[in-house]
Amino acid sequence: MAAPPLPPPDPQFVLRGAQSAVHALHFCEGAQGQGRPLLLSGSLRGLVHIWSLQTRRVVATLDGHGGQCVTWLQTLPQGPQLLSQGRDLKLCVWDLAEGRNAIVDSVLLESMGFCRGSVLAGGLQRWMLAVPGRGSDEVQILEMPSKTSVCSLKPEAQARPGMPMCLQLWQADSSPRPLLLAGYEDGSVALWDVSSRKVCSRVACHTEPVMGLDFDSQEARGVSGSAEKTLAVWSLDEQQALQVRGTHVLTNPGIADIKIRPDRRILATAGWDHCVRVFHWRTMKPLAVLAFHSATVHCVAFAADGLLATGSGDQRISVWSLYPCT
Amino acid sequence: MDPEVSAVRLTVWEAVHILSSSEDGGRIFCTLGSLKRYLGETENSALPEEQEEFARIHFSTFLRCLVGKLSPDWLELLPDGQMEELWASFFLEGPADQAFLVLMESIEGAASPSFRLMKMARLLARFLSVGRMAAVMEGQCQQQAGPAFPLLQETLLTKVVGLPDLLGNRLQWENLATFFPQNYFPLLGEEVLRVLQVVVDSLRGGLDCSVSFLSQVLGKACVHGRQKEVLGVLVPRLTVLTQGSCLWQRVCWCLVERVPDWAMEAVLKGFVEAAPGPEVLSRLLGNLVTKSKKAQFVMTRKLLFLQYSCTMPMLQSLLGYLAMDSQRRSLLMQALKELLETWGSSSAIRHVPLVQQCYVSKAILICLAHLGEAELRDSQDELLASLMEGVKSRLDSSLPPVRRLGMIVAEVASARIHPEGPPLKFQYEEDELTREMLALAMPQPTADGPSEAGPSFAPVSGETPDRETVDRSGPQVGPEGSDSELDSDDEFVPYDMSVDREQRSSKAPSYVRGCLEALTGSKDWERWEAALRALEGLIFRSPAATQEVSVELAKVLLHLEEKTAVAGFEGLRQRTLVAVTVTDPARVAEYLTAQFYALNYSLRQRMDILDVLTLAAQELSRPGRLGKAPQRGSPDPGSQPGGAVVPAWRAVVEERVRRKTRWFSKGSVGRAPAVGPNEFNSVAGYFFFPLLQHFDRPLVTFDLLGGDQLVLGRLAHTLGALMYLAVNTTVAVPMGKALLEFVWALRFHGDAYVRRGLLSAVSAVLLSVPAERLLADLLDELLEARSWLGDVAEKDPDEDCRLLAVKALLLLEKLRDKLLLLSSP
Repeated sequence: MAAPPLPPPDPQFVLRGAQSAVHALHFCEGAQGQGRPLLLSGSLRGLVHIWSLQTRRVVATLDGHGGQCVTWLQTLPQGPQLLSQGRDLKLCVWDLAEGRNAIVDSVLLESMGFCRGSVLAGGLQRWMLAVPGRGSDEVQILEMPSKTSVCSLKPEAQARPGMPMCLQLWQADSSPRPLLLAGYEDGSVALWDVSSRKVCSRVACHTEPVMGLDFDSQEARGVSGSAEKTLAVWSLDEQQALQVRGTHVLTNPGIADIKIRPDRRILATAGWDHCVRVFHWRTMKPLAVLAFHSATVHCVAFAADGLLATGSGDQRISVWSLYPCT
Repeated sequence: MDPEVSAVRLTVWEAVHILSSSEDGGRIFCTLGSLKRYLGETENSALPEEQEEFARIHFSTFLRCLVGKLSPDWLELLPDGQMEELWASFFLEGPADQAFLVLMESIEGAASPSFRLMKMARLLARFLSVGRMAAVMEGQCQQQAGPAFPLLQETLLTKVVGLPDLLGNRLQWENLATFFPQNYFPLLGEEVLRVLQVVVDSLRGGLDCSVSFLSQVLGKACVHGRQKEVLGVLVPRLTVLTQGSCLWQRVCWCLVERVPDWAMEAVLKGFVEAAPGPEVLSRLLGNLVTKSKKAQFVMTRKLLFLQYSCTMPMLQSLLGYLAMDSQRRSLLMQALKELLETWGSSSAIRHVPLVQQCYVSKAILICLAHLGEAELRDSQDELLASLMEGVKSRLDSSLPPVRRLGMIVAEVASARIHPEGPPLKFQYEEDELTREMLALAMPQPTADGPSEAGPSFAPVSGETPDRETVDRSGPQVGPEGSDSELDSDDEFVPYDMSVDREQRSSKAPSYVRGCLEALTGSKDWERWEAALRALEGLIFRSPAATQEVSVELAKVLLHLEEKTAVAGFEGLRQRTLVAVTVTDPARVAEYLTAQFYALNYSLRQRMDILDVLTLAAQELSRPGRLGKAPQRGSPDPGSQPGGAVVPAWRAVVEERVRRKTRWFSKGSVGRAPAVGPNEFNSVAGYFFFPLLQHFDRPLVTFDLLGGDQLVLGRLAHTLGALMYLAVNTTVAVPMGKALLEFVWALRFHGDAYVRRGLLSAVSAVLLSVPAERLLADLLDELLEARSWLGDVAEKDPDEDCRLLAVKALLLLEKLRDKLLLLSSP
């Protein structure tokens, strides 16, 4: 207590050169054991940059979204395949193996919203993709790579949750049934049982649209951020009922993205107030406020080794190493 | 005369004769031995009548004869010091008062450094150590045979109390430790206690006794300033003794009551000081205050109004003592009324030192804590009237401590006196004094308070860990059990999160004119605030643009009101105004000084003007200002994200450079002080003279010489500061002259704050005007000022004023020395 607090940390390094606002970030573990992972970033101008964290330079630039903002990036475990979602209503599947960067497939989306997709890949050749669907409040589940629409999750008529804003597919260890967490425009978070196409539970966490959520499936506990000033922490009990466990008030409203570090010890939020906030995941104790960016922070991403990358409207990507993983 | 009497007389005569003529040791020994019969206590002692006669008539004569014989040869007449032993036994066993008087007399009479003197002094020390002093005093207490001879008692009293002084004077460096006051008076206290014990015992036995001699001894010792030594021994013992015994209490009360009036104050003060609390004091003194007029005067007036040397525990004992008995409570009420009256008197506020005001205030709070609601209600109107008058005149004062005292007492007292009315609430800063005073206002805990508090602490401390765990396992934590492995996460130390502040969405204007527009016309409060925050930086960045609109800006800023709750609004506005003034000093200063005497400004605004002028002058006169000017406009840290990073980075680089650099020699490392002409030089007149122009012309809303003395005080301070900042300027001499005239006109002002300002202004003149010019141009004013300063240094009721006057006088002295030094070679 007596010691003065540590001065605010500095980024480990900063990546410049995206040349437009960064809207999506994703760490791609170097597939063939190349040492340090690659960092993928998606920009407002529709480009996907692949950064080497070793040389801190762009390795490759992918242009597949016709100048429209790239909102979501995700790699698949089997083979170096990349999914990129753009506001041109296309979801592209890229093959990055052996230095290739070609679109191998693409899915046409039917929603103009900002909702990012989600993937559930169990290491098999087949994987499940959740994207916003045709109706404004629908979520569409596709089986990939065959692109067959499995179902469309449509809330009951009287619920009126508005558009889905963020999605997360996951699967409990104990059961094979895929589950989907969706944050809606009215500030509620709903848990869908995909196979039965039913809402298991729905809880109102916020009064503004849910902008981002992340879920810790081991502790059955998740966190969501919205356009308002609070973070909500909720948990899932054995009856698969969501329950708000607590809220945490921030200084400024607006959370664009929220991620829990893979080792489940800290979490980071991307704030509209240009700040990235780091919390202790178990206690939600605030640990740091990273005030580096000079524009809205759009996305945060954690690497498996604990590295944190943040992308902002100031066209910079900053990389931080905080509270090393053990 | 009957034959027995003659027999005693004959024996004594014979003995005296033998002593004076004989050289035969054996014969003297026999003679002395025969006389010892009369002292009793031997197997073949004389008849009681004979003993009594010997003691009454012959004993002192005989002792004097013994003293006269004392010499080394005489003592050698018998071997092994038998003679000396025998000799001393007469002093130690005979009637104590006479022996004591003869001892003292012979010590007084003996030649200064002599064998006899030392022998007598040693004997006296022995006399004291065997407790004969108690016997001396006891003798005076048991005067069954008629009243004591007053002259003898008086002599004894003087000798008993004056013993350390006498011995100290006689023996000088050879003095014995027993006679040091710090040893003697505690001993005297012990002896008094022993006598008291005897008195109590004899009272139990049905014998009459008088303690008045003891009271006189006590009184005299206290008047000699030995309260601590005597009462330090007496009071704790008496406290114990009186606890269970009524007789002891009565004796104790008697002891205090019989203290003569001239010693009452000293004794009572000693008792109040030595008693550990009001209960003890009440037990020891009884209802003394109702019986003795003098005691009442001392307790209810002298210690409360005329002195302010009592410590807070003393004051609490004193007032608690008054509160403990129904007969005394009326005195407490009376005291409270008088205290409040004193507290409220406006002339007292002006002429009484602050320490005493504080003392009176504390006494009031203690009184209030002791008095019950019903009692207060009986004299509610009277109390309220003096309270309100006091509050009013105190809040008018320009000295912050006086105001604060007013606020605290007003809050507490109004809540007690008038509990049904709306509570008064003031804003004042908490500090040591306020906390102490508020603690005094709490009702005193009973004697067994602490023991109650003891156990009540235990459960609290037992609870805390539980509560802590509850906090930690707060609502946000998920199912238990799975997080035990993550306990080590607690070592995650948070970083400094001071950068986490509310974001301002509105864009601040980028030009000075934009700010001006935003501040005047804008209904968008965020923009208004952003403009205010940005303005200072903009002014420093673009002085040319500022100069175009400087007066307008000053006007806007001067009239700016805090329409939304902007954190640090006053500071922001002031800094910005200072920035404008510094950028365009002549015009803005002219405008501001004109506004100072204009109609329709609040006192706050007028004082702001003064502050801004001072700060701007300070900035202008700072040497090397131009090189560093941009640093002043401290930018909002939020707008420059990298800003906080720089120092750490710079430290790293500097450290690296330092490591890799080899120094062959250490030159002067310190940077040369910045030098440059005083920029204040050319504009000082604009700042200074207009302020002096109209101070004696009252406006409808603004009367410097009347009620607005606070502003006058501030004006005096400001003028002093401007004078001081005008050092090394050409205009300093006329400024000094004008300022001394101003000071002269106001030198007898009643307000201490104004006088302080004037005094500091004089010092500023002495510091800023060159010595030669002072003597050439300002000689008369200086002489006048000097006599005034001398007066103030001696007589002013305000401590700070005296101090400032002394400082000014010292400056004058220094000036004189410098001139002497110049003229001497």
